[in-house]
Amino acid sequence: MNSLTAHELHQLLLNKKVSSVEITEAVFKQIEKNEDKVKAYVSLTKEKALKNAEEADKRIRSGENIPPLCGIPIAIKDNMCTKGTRTTCSSKILNNYLPPYDATIVKKLDDLLAVPTGKTNLDEFAMGSSTENSGYFTTKNPWDLKTVPGGSSGGSAAATAADECILALGSDTGGSIRQPASFCGVVGLKPTYGLVSRYGLIAFASSLDQIGPITKDVTDAALLLNAIAGYDQKDSTSVNRPVPNYQNSLVNSADKLRIGLISDLMGKGIDEDVKKAIKTAARVFESMGAIVEEVSMPTFEYAVPTYYIIAPAEASSNLARFDGVKFGHRSKEAPDLINMYYNTRKEGFGSEVKRRIMIGTYVLSAGYYDAFYLKALKARTLIKQDFEKAFKRFDILISPTAPSVAFKIGEKANDPLSMYLSDIATIPVNLAGLPAISLPCGFSKGLPIGLQIIGDAFAEEKTLQAAFAYEQHTDWHKKRPKL
Amino acid sequence: MTNWETIIGLEIHAQLLTESKMFCSCSTKFGAKPNTNICPVCTGQPGVLPVTNKKAIALAIKTAIILNCKIEKTSIFARKNYFYPDLPKDFQISQYELPLAVNGFIDIEVEGVKKRIGITRVHLEEDAGKLVHKGSARIMGAGESLVDYNRTGTPLMEIVTEPDIRSSLEAKVFMETLQHLLQFIGVCDAKMEEGSLRCDANISIRPEGANKFGTKTEVKNMNSFRAVAKALEAEEKRHKEVLQEGGKIIQETRFFDDIAETTIGMRSKESAHDYRYFPEPDLVPIEPEHAWIEEIKKTIVELPTKKAERFEKDFELSKADAEFLTSTPAIADFFENCAKHYSKPKIAANWIMGDLAAYLNANNLTIDKIDFSPLKLAEMLGLIDKGTISGKIAKIVLAEILKTGKNVQDIIKDLGLTQISDESEINNIIDEIINNNPKQVAEFKSGKDPVIMFLVGQVMKASKGRVKPDMAQELLRRALS
Ligand SMILES: [Zn+2]
Repeated sequence: MNSLTAHELHQLLLNKKVSSVEITEAVFKQIEKNEDKVKAYVSLTKEKALKNAEEADKRIRSGENIPPLCGIPIAIKDNMCTKGTRTTCSSKILNNYLPPYDATIVKKLDDLLAVPTGKTNLDEFAMGSSTENSGYFTTKNPWDLKTVPGGSSGGSAAATAADECILALGSDTGGSIRQPASFCGVVGLKPTYGLVSRYGLIAFASSLDQIGPITKDVTDAALLLNAIAGYDQKDSTSVNRPVPNYQNSLVNSADKLRIGLISDLMGKGIDEDVKKAIKTAARVFESMGAIVEEVSMPTFEYAVPTYYIIAPAEASSNLARFDGVKFGHRSKEAPDLINMYYNTRKEGFGSEVKRRIMIGTYVLSAGYYDAFYLKALKARTLIKQDFEKAFKRFDILISPTAPSVAFKIGEKANDPLSMYLSDIATIPVNLAGLPAISLPCGFSKGLPIGLQIIGDAFAEEKTLQAAFAYEQHTDWHKKRPKL
Repeated sequence: MTNWETIIGLEIHAQLLTESKMFCSCSTKFGAKPNTNICPVCTGQPGVLPVTNKKAIALAIKTAIILNCKIEKTSIFARKNYFYPDLPKDFQISQYELPLAVNGFIDIEVEGVKKRIGITRVHLEEDAGKLVHKGSARIMGAGESLVDYNRTGTPLMEIVTEPDIRSSLEAKVFMETLQHLLQFIGVCDAKMEEGSLRCDANISIRPEGANKFGTKTEVKNMNSFRAVAKALEAEEKRHKEVLQEGGKIIQETRFFDDIAETTIGMRSKESAHDYRYFPEPDLVPIEPEHAWIEEIKKTIVELPTKKAERFEKDFELSKADAEFLTSTPAIADFFENCAKHYSKPKIAANWIMGDLAAYLNANNLTIDKIDFSPLKLAEMLGLIDKGTISGKIAKIVLAEILKTGKNVQDIIKDLGLTQISDESEINNIIDEIINNNPKQVAEFKSGKDPVIMFLVGQVMKASKGRVKPDMAQELLRRALS
């Protein structure tokens, strides 16, 4: 039962074939069985889950209008604030942090009586591509426990793939939803910047962060997006525009769809198996009547360096507040203020976080600001313009989500540069603030490959439709890992 | 001996009179229990986001308009990064590049001479919290330090002047003028002693006629107009002494010691502080629409200087009187309304500046906080003119109105204060006075005419001032002839 999708379970709930409490218990049974191997969760919230499940069952019995996610178990990445429930960002510095408020999306899901299973593991403060940077433990890829699940939303992707939840929320700053979705063989959607409220998402890089769904299929992604999208007056960067019903975009047609295959992401550094799978996917689209042409995005080669200036710059400032004064860890070695700061942050942050804080501090410093930060902003504009040009010719763009399938745990841990390059296909999308979805499109050495579909700003409907049509013509999404 | 020219520029922080904070909905009320006006946003909890207070922008725009500034079509917030426990996010949201408004001026008058001081910029930012240290005046060395975040996030407006100020007196007058303007348009209560108006100064000196600026120092901790004058005087003197002895001024921040009346250098690397400003990614640019600015313009009252000039001309008042009556919009409105209902503005002005002002001062009140209307004053003054009450009685009436808030007529009736105009009633009093003062009566009759005034005084006293003095004299003379 816990291997079903949310839309399948919704039908069973409506038909009273199953109760939310039963689904929830099945999910927790699966967690008990597999969590030792997968290690997807930092904290479990079974009590709250069962409480919501009972409430949901009551609502379903009363026959009120039942929203699709009512009574459905959902895992939440541990960088989204949950009132009174430990929220750690997988960092030791927030080991004991109990937020005094709910993130907007947490509140929205609670209002729908979705069932929160727990808080999932991530690379500390969402900085990483493998969850190896978690301050607590590394999550394992359910397809092969010796490989990484991707990151930073590795816990959410692994939990979804391992049926330890029905669906999950991730956050994506440079690929943190799509890359783990790709590695774990599930669907991951990063919405347009401003579509989903960031209030309560512990910021990594404010101008890039966006919350989005990680699900077992495209339909669930649309349902979860419906639940979380929309203007929030608590987030000044959220966009005040009407939100369509994304379920309506689940139409099985790609006829005359103009698709650009990004040639810059099909060359050097991309695995042959991955390229093959993407080319095959392109042919699937053509078989549906779509027109696929290659498109070059010359500015993409600057995307990774641009990202590794802007994101750390914002992070260095966002993470300043973890200083031992108000919340979280405070060093016992605090003879005076300065040493309290030094020791708290030395003990609380992991090495990748420290590396990025240092990079960020450096690029914003007097004398370097123009050479690095300002230049990166200009490069960001050029990347946006490349996309604008491309979307004059194409409805959607496609590429691999990641250059390879999931890599071995420890393989890149001591090589940050090669780790950074694993986000080469996803980072440009964040820099341009666009929506993109990753969905399973094949296997290499028994590990899933992800197809990335990129849409124009606020063109989630087109993006979802293309993904849905592809999914209807393939059955990659039905493959499940054997644990 | 070199003649030196002093160059001063000011950096002013004014707390804006908004109900709620700059980026959250917490109250800005002063004096609440520590850490009661706080929320996740203003305590910098992980994951929170700021939302700009539109009222604060409106007040800053209002200020920018009266400071003759150009309001920028697009201005942005920036983060000023530094670690300190009174700053929960460890960055302050401020404005750096692209401030709200630029290029304005204020005209001041120093010892009868008018002078224009340029305004470089007006921008918005948030205030920090308050630290209380135990065991030391500063955080270093304190046994423990407590922080109160009630003030954190209070909207602040920063006003920066051009280096156009040439003396400590000019600086003081500038601050007084600015305070008056800010209070007048109601954007800030502007009390330096309470910290709602703060001022730092950059000061340097150069030989007269030189066109290059000397090395400047920054003077902080000036908590009154007097302190502004004293601190800059002291710092100016110090610069002269150092330079005349062939020494060098070091660019540094110096604190004013109010008691010793000197400035003290801080061994801080303040000038080397790198705040790593960058655009605040959590906020969208401020882009005030033309129509909104026009709407704000309409809320601006006539400014004090203009109003004073008009009062001088229209009501034939002295400059000093006009300035007094325009010291706050409330007093000006009170006077103008009274003058609408009473035809002798000078007399109305005298009452406002005299008895009424004395009452307000003594009770630490302002004219808009009392139950007394310009109409009541006009009515009372009319009754004096009609002879219903004397000027002296009017003082009693006014005091009673201010005390009780009652009507003029009721008070006069209740206290039996109407003037006695019935001759026979007055003659009864006169008869009594004549009987009781045989000596003075005899003196008068023997030709000592001025003694009549003594007898008039006795009548006045006996009637509790309810007889018109000239009428008393006339009837006395008649009775004694
Ligand atoms: Zn607040």
